[in-house]
Amino acid sequence: MDIDLPLIWAGLIAFSVLAYVVLDGFDLGVGILFPLFPEKHDRDVMMNSVAPVWDGNETWLVLGGGGLMAVFPLAYATVLPALYAPIIAMLLGLIFRGVAFEYRWRTRRGEFLWNWAFAGGSTLAAFAQGLALGALVQGIPVEDRAYAGGWWDWLTPFSIMTGLAIVVGYALLGATWLIMKTRGVLADSARTIALRCSFATVAAMGIVSLWTPFLEPVYLERWFGWPTAIFSVIVPLLVLGGLYLLLKGIRDRHDTQPFIAALGLFVLGYIGIGISFYPFIVPPSLTIWDAAAPDDSLAFLLVGALILVPIILAYTAYAYWVFRGKVDPEEGYH
Amino acid sequence: MFEAFDATLLARVQFAFTVSFHIIFPAFSIGLASYLAVLEALWLWKNDEVYLELFNFWKTIFAVAFGMGVVSGIVMSYQFGTNWSVFSDKAGPVIGPLMGYEVLTAFFLEAGFLGVMLFGLNRVGPRLHFLATVMVAFGTLISATWILAVNSWMQTPAGFSVNEAGQFVPDDWWAVIFNPSFPYRLVHMVLAAYLTTAFVVGACGAWHLLRNTAPRRARAMFSMAMWMAAIVAPVQIFAGDQHGLNTLEHQPAKVMAMEGHYQSHPDGAPLILFGIPNSAEKRVDYAIEIPKLSSLILKHSLDAPLAGLDTVPEELQPPVAIVFWSFRVMLLMGFSMLGLGLWSLWCRYRGTLHTNDRLHRIAVLMGPSGFVAVLAGWITTEVGRQPYTVYGHLLTADSISPIGAPAVGASLIAFIIVYFFVFGAGTFYILRLMARLPRDTLPELGEGPIRTAGVTPGPAQPHGGQHGH
Repeated sequence: MDIDLPLIWAGLIAFSVLAYVVLDGFDLGVGILFPLFPEKHDRDVMMNSVAPVWDGNETWLVLGGGGLMAVFPLAYATVLPALYAPIIAMLLGLIFRGVAFEYRWRTRRGEFLWNWAFAGGSTLAAFAQGLALGALVQGIPVEDRAYAGGWWDWLTPFSIMTGLAIVVGYALLGATWLIMKTRGVLADSARTIALRCSFATVAAMGIVSLWTPFLEPVYLERWFGWPTAIFSVIVPLLVLGGLYLLLKGIRDRHDTQPFIAALGLFVLGYIGIGISFYPFIVPPSLTIWDAAAPDDSLAFLLVGALILVPIILAYTAYAYWVFRGKVDPEEGYH
Repeated sequence: MFEAFDATLLARVQFAFTVSFHIIFPAFSIGLASYLAVLEALWLWKNDEVYLELFNFWKTIFAVAFGMGVVSGIVMSYQFGTNWSVFSDKAGPVIGPLMGYEVLTAFFLEAGFLGVMLFGLNRVGPRLHFLATVMVAFGTLISATWILAVNSWMQTPAGFSVNEAGQFVPDDWWAVIFNPSFPYRLVHMVLAAYLTTAFVVGACGAWHLLRNTAPRRARAMFSMAMWMAAIVAPVQIFAGDQHGLNTLEHQPAKVMAMEGHYQSHPDGAPLILFGIPNSAEKRVDYAIEIPKLSSLILKHSLDAPLAGLDTVPEELQPPVAIVFWSFRVMLLMGFSMLGLGLWSLWCRYRGTLHTNDRLHRIAVLMGPSGFVAVLAGWITTEVGRQPYTVYGHLLTADSISPIGAPAVGASLIAFIIVYFFVFGAGTFYILRLMARLPRDTLPELGEGPIRTAGVTPGPAQPHGGQHGH
């Protein structure tokens, strides 16, 4: 029996990138919202709500990058040079916000510095990820197994739009996470912010979705040709449904529903991008099969992934379970 | 402003800079994670509060170091693609899956249980918490195993062939992972990590013994660290020697550079203790040498012939001076560690381990020796691999991304500024944490419940004045 290993791996990589986006999305979002909460007590609670899990969330990014090198080395080797500046910016942002988790508790005089590092780093990382996404969607030219475009190709009105969209979207995830994990005034402020971010996120999704099909003839055909046009009706309808659940959850002061609905919006947006992309991994140059490593490499890692990913999901779920419920402001080891 | 440099050189500097910073944190956290597991095991077993106090003390330091390791590690995992894309495309099918396994088996394990280890003692109870600590320690060791398999494969590649696209493709995964230098390199690195941690812990213990701040905890730390130094340092020197013999077999040019052998020695090579390598004249100036000793060490015979760099084409020779010096720095550190370990044994025998101020002062000075040795060792092995990225098969100059010097130069400057600022602050915080060991609390009755909870709320903490949130 012939197993299409590159296709399976495309699915797994897509899954780990999605896992990264929603998981680190909410903890980056908490950082993006930091400037809106000037009270030290609120900031401590916000930080503690993500402190036990942020490291695990970020590991999905390493799996996305490391996995891409392992199974689609040509995609890794052409996308990263093409996105050089946004990737470096993202890394620098992640450095600042990552160390802030510990440093913030180690100094009182320098605390403002690490508050800035957390907020600025999170926002920069989110914006850079959005830029990278936009640059990837608008296409990366490849010749002779190497990136063949210019050094500023990633910077366009479209990629700036996707950058802003990601920042707003992560802020929504962060706000709904805070609704779920905090109490009192802090949760109330989070509700107000989540309400505004809901509309902004769906508006940004709409703009990006309408813009995308005109970037590449392939996308246009995909979204408005038959039979794939079915999706272009269904996905927006589902997005509106998600928005409804989100707003209703916020209005009804429901704890978890807004977060779940916000996750749903991200998943739908992600599926939309997937519909545009398939079968490319580096549109419009490389398909999944062009970029795939030899089957030996794919099979070797697949064995481990099939065994280990369920185990990872299990103990990750356990770690979240251990820290379930509202954050106790008195808690933390600091 | 970077026209004078070529992109390859700048990319190499960037890699060397970021990896040198990065290696510091794993070297420390591999050893510290195991130390934490041992401390918690001792606490559970002996029910002695001193071990829990030590655990909580080092746990905080571990958290800071681990955070720095995570963020500097993410940089490494993307740098292969940004600066070394040709290498990534070609070597990805072989080393990519190994790095994928590192993430799947180690990173997630560490990250998943780190939260429980740091914040969860009062939520999961001591036994599950101990399991979390062991998992974190285990994760650091698995991570070291995979990353050294990758590095060793680049040094002594095996188990592959090359396809029509010029990619290395795996033939035999067993041979890829258990390539000729892997076992030596793994043992050498893990022991180095344990020694590094032992000397940091020892220095911290000695510092507090000198200041008499927390006699009981300081004694426990110092004694444990000195046992490690006395036992592991000689083992490490033996392991290093074996590693050297393995390198001579598979990467002779590297050993020639380490030893400063520009010329072949047909009847017995001398050991050059010190000197100044002069690559223009192909000799070591002002050399202090011991006749025949190099042959004795490397070939176990006084008159064994030893080939020199004159047998290697000029363009395939590694830079001699860097390798020559870094190797000597590593040896100096290693033998100093052995010296301190033996001295501590003598003091222990005399019953003066905890009272000999001179021993304690030297131990404080030796605190960073592990980091120096680790860095020097990596410089020796990585610079010694030049001019190849995949030894004998792929030149460094042919591994670089199609990218301009300005881009690499600008990102290099950004990394330098950010790293010195961020990791400088982290080092400062770690040193301050180490210096602030509170006085021993007397084991009073009725303290049990709070202690076993492990986490005391900020205001109740007797010593947490700095941030008391």
